[in-house]
Amino acid sequence: MSALSVQHLLGIKDLTVADIELILSTAKNFKGIINQPIKRVPSLRDVTIANLFFENSTRTRLSFELAEKRLSADVVNFAASSSSVSKGETLIDTVNNILAMKVDMVVMRHPKPGAGVFLAKHIKAKIVNAGDGAHEHPTQALLDAYSMLEVHGSLKGLKVAIVGDILHSRVALSNIFLLNKMGAEVVVCGPPTLMPKFITSLGVRVEYDLMKALEWCDVANMLRIQLERQDIKYFPSLREYTMLYGLNKERLDSLSKKITIMHPGPINRGIEITSDVADSDQSIILDQVENGVAVRMAVLYLLAGQKNISEA
Amino acid sequence: MTHKVLLGPDEFKLTLSRLCYELIENHNSFSDTVIIGIQPRGANVAARLAKQLQHITGNKITAGNLDITFYRDDFRHQAEPLTAFDTTINFLIEGKKVVLVDDVLYTGRTIRAAMEALLQFGRPASVELLAMIDRRYSRHLPIQPDYVGRVVDTIQSQKVKVEWAEHEGTDQVILLEQ
Repeated sequence: MSALSVQHLLGIKDLTVADIELILSTAKNFKGIINQPIKRVPSLRDVTIANLFFENSTRTRLSFELAEKRLSADVVNFAASSSSVSKGETLIDTVNNILAMKVDMVVMRHPKPGAGVFLAKHIKAKIVNAGDGAHEHPTQALLDAYSMLEVHGSLKGLKVAIVGDILHSRVALSNIFLLNKMGAEVVVCGPPTLMPKFITSLGVRVEYDLMKALEWCDVANMLRIQLERQDIKYFPSLREYTMLYGLNKERLDSLSKKITIMHPGPINRGIEITSDVADSDQSIILDQVENGVAVRMAVLYLLAGQKNISEA
Repeated sequence: MTHKVLLGPDEFKLTLSRLCYELIENHNSFSDTVIIGIQPRGANVAARLAKQLQHITGNKITAGNLDITFYRDDFRHQAEPLTAFDTTINFLIEGKKVVLVDDVLYTGRTIRAAMEALLQFGRPASVELLAMIDRRYSRHLPIQPDYVGRVVDTIQSQKVKVEWAEHEGTDQVILLEQ
């Protein structure tokens, strides 16, 4: 028997190596479950989960909702755009109102960094962070790790290049924390304007030349250019970005070995990655999506299994 | 903690052999029968039975393991969530005669969960239950085994453990007193 050392999943930073290993090994069991003819298990049948999305999402919201339903939890969905948030209600009031309806767990995406941490301090429910601003996106990092494990067998010593908009990326930050903890080597690659200052203090190497980064790595995680978060112009044009940091088939084929291509989605085809690369046999983008459900089932299962949830 | 040996290595071997012949009596060639061990400890019984049955009958025995962690009814009654094991059922159970195998039958709750988990893989023609040890008079549910290695009378504070040469070094069944 084993349990997570945390009460909430707010970020990878708070997890221990044992926690990550437990989540990944539990996810393996759930991947078996979701490939069964009947994909539902009754584990969470007396747990109610609210999905609070204060920011747009397709994959993560669907993935969480499927994970919850496959664990037999009761699910309520909430999107900020169609709610009283637009009438001026505060975050704590919104969530407390939802909890008054006897909700045990909250899955939240919020545009402000630290929203999950703030909520965890003020309300009595388990919180799962589904992305908070440019801070963390822990379940994405966990499913990325799971997908890398499936292909490469071990994270120790694995060379991972994270390419693109590092500055605005919660996926990059969570991935860096996780890969560092698990003993992988990380290189971040992107335009200098999209590279956070002092990023090397997180134990990663910075590389501004895409081809050098690709030649070095086993896995390339291509991030999306998050135009919606860019308040100023960080590079002259998308065309120039694509010429310098876009991954296309010629670049991929010119490498001396076959590397694994990942992308957290949604893909901007033709910008950070071309269609023939995204759809090639080196790409595991759709496996990442499948694994996302299993990993989220594992996270929800392990958090809900902690005994005090109903008294919370 | 004291312990008492319920079945020594010789009786253990005899009991397993008897169970094999009882299974053969009902299942003949095993062409429509699959053996499924309940993880974790029932898998040991299933593996040993399959090996021995294959040796006796000369037929190929289909066997697998079923993990029931996510089907248990005591989730969140434990201090911590239980760790899951692998389910390895690489065959169809639709229309098959299934023999569910576990080492110790106690409250019957594991078997209930196992039946629910099993049905996710299809509709078997029939399901039977084999238990190495039946701790009688302790059932919480109306579940009885079809094949029993040994019936024992125990109280709640005691624990019955089936040990295997492959894992613990000796084939034996012991009764542990808390």
